[in-house]
Amino acid sequence: MNPHAVQFQSDAGRLAADLTHRQRIQSAMAKYGAARGPRQALFRDWQEGRQTAAETKWAGLNQLDEHLVAFEKNATARGTQVHWTSTSEQARQVIVDILQRHRAQRIVKSKVMTSEEIHLNQLLESLGFQVVESDLGEYIQQLKGEPPYHFVFPCMHLSREEISDLFENHLGTAQTHDPEELTMIARRVLRQKYIEADVGITGANFLVAETGMVSITENEGNARLTAALPRVMITLVGIEKILPRLSDLALFLPMLATAGTGQPLTCYNTMYGGPRQPGEVDGPEEWHVVLLDNNRTTLLADPEQRDALHCIRCGACLNVCPIFKNVGGFSYGTTYQGPIGSVITPHLRGLQDWKHLSGASTLCGACTETCPVKIDLHHHLLHNRRNGVQQGGSRGEGLLWRAFAFLMNHPRLYGLAVRLGRLAQPLQNMIAGEALDPLQAWTKTRELPELAPQSFREFWKNHRPALPQDQRRSS
Amino acid sequence: MKITLFIPCFIDTLYPRVGISMVQILEKLGHVVTFPEALVCCGQPPFNSGYWPEARQVARPVLQGLADAEVVVIGSGSCGAMMKVFYTELFAGEPEEAAARALSAKCYEFSDFLVNQLGVTDLGAVFPHKVTIHDGCHGLREMNGKAPPRALLKQVRGLELVEMAEAETCCGFGGTFATKFPAISSAMGEVKCASAAATDADFVVSNDSSCLMHLQGLLSREGRPLKTIHLAEILASV
Repeated sequence: MNPHAVQFQSDAGRLAADLTHRQRIQSAMAKYGAARGPRQALFRDWQEGRQTAAETKWAGLNQLDEHLVAFEKNATARGTQVHWTSTSEQARQVIVDILQRHRAQRIVKSKVMTSEEIHLNQLLESLGFQVVESDLGEYIQQLKGEPPYHFVFPCMHLSREEISDLFENHLGTAQTHDPEELTMIARRVLRQKYIEADVGITGANFLVAETGMVSITENEGNARLTAALPRVMITLVGIEKILPRLSDLALFLPMLATAGTGQPLTCYNTMYGGPRQPGEVDGPEEWHVVLLDNNRTTLLADPEQRDALHCIRCGACLNVCPIFKNVGGFSYGTTYQGPIGSVITPHLRGLQDWKHLSGASTLCGACTETCPVKIDLHHHLLHNRRNGVQQGGSRGEGLLWRAFAFLMNHPRLYGLAVRLGRLAQPLQNMIAGEALDPLQAWTKTRELPELAPQSFREFWKNHRPALPQDQRRSS
Repeated sequence: MKITLFIPCFIDTLYPRVGISMVQILEKLGHVVTFPEALVCCGQPPFNSGYWPEARQVARPVLQGLADAEVVVIGSGSCGAMMKVFYTELFAGEPEEAAARALSAKCYEFSDFLVNQLGVTDLGAVFPHKVTIHDGCHGLREMNGKAPPRALLKQVRGLELVEMAEAETCCGFGGTFATKFPAISSAMGEVKCASAAATDADFVVSNDSSCLMHLQGLLSREGRPLKTIHLAEILASV
């Protein structure tokens, strides 16, 4: 097994059995569910909204080349500098070049999942830059030295007590379990960071091709401060975030808030149109938009799973996923957790290394049902499984399934296997759940059902319905 | 109507009462029931594991064996979804593509068939117990939804239906998932069992025996008094 799969099995197994963790995540997600329902009902027709959103994204992606060029043209017209990067290395280099050109030392970031994807913080810190995350959850995770647990709720796995301890250790503040006071502690620290920062780095929720604008959705105002106070602003964004028209936001902003956090709209939604224009009194002097491919075009080239690029990173699929709710965010070992992460990570980072995540699903379909942009998530997990086998399945498992097919296609042999199974079951019962038990994967935690003394087939052989015999058997 | 039953391997060997109940109910309604004994498995296990050529090997005899059937009724939402929804994808571009489409159009999950094809909800069943219902994911999201099993249970004499919290959340079985990721599977099952037990019901009912096998396995291990039962068994109770 590859090391990522080993790590997943081990972490997932440990957390699935951690009842405190389970309780915390399940109760947080129950609150999300309760908040989301009424907000969703405010849409005239949520299902119609999903369809429109999916079609809008589909149209945007089908002409991605044209829309991106239009975005660049319109953004450049207002003085924005647009950078095209194919790989993580290129994106990191572009950003480092900008920072070095401005002799920057202090950097403030608002929530940027793409920067997690390209491991930007580690690089910048190793080069001596001071980097601070300004999203409260991300800030807490940075202090803790951990990546985000959930790409929308970065520290949802922590209790107030744990956050208070963390602040006490790192900031020397007094213990408090009041969420408002904890927020105020972070706020006092972060306000100074915005003022001192040379460069602000943000992500983006949408790129509007028609106007060359970037749309950022947030709840804390930290993205606005990150964009407004430093002299230079850098926006790192995946190319799939394109929307053709400004008016598309009329649907996507409430949809993202509803699906993401159960809000009608988030507290702040800002459209950025360029750096400070002549005659304007505020805003960054320079604005760089770094467009990141990083294998998104590989996914675009797959007609079966291309719709995974519709994703607006609302996190709804994680919130309803029974796997996520039991194994938590870190087990995945990916930037993007949950069903969407399991679907796209094999495309972004290699199928053979990450196909185990597509296997770790019951294919229940709760993700697909909830996805606001109608990504066929659970079917794509099946597609990844098929692709994984086609491009390098396990020899042993292949043999097993061929034997299975042979057995199922030979009813007499199948009948014999059932009779043998009945003889073997009492023996198996003696070692059930123990290391010697070949069915231990099941019996360690669950009782095995007993083979019935008479199978349905055996019943059928003697079955005489009230109706004439000649009408009965057609096979 | 001539109705062909598809009885998957686990109902055949572990839960024959489910199949027998289906036969009793359909014959009581005056239909002719046939059962092609050579068809054992729909091919879902290799299909879900990514071994599609092997899945086609299992599914081909099913396509052939059911080609002449008027309607096919399946007592499991999961196998039903395989035949109704996934065969067309499995055989896309294969010589059997048309046969897969033809089969898809005449496959029905048992409760859906009773309610939406036969137009029956009252089968004269008596089951004086408190029950809670688990929606099997495939039946719920790939097939017919929540309504048919509830419409049928509503007419059962003496039965009290109590909905559990998160009836639509997966039980954690997931076929080979249950043994490939046993810790996650068991945790999901424990959450489900706790929801079901919180209703104080005597039985968890579902239209999918595979979910019930998983839940019963956990309930028995935990020593909970709650029992599982397939919808068809309740509907055949008099």
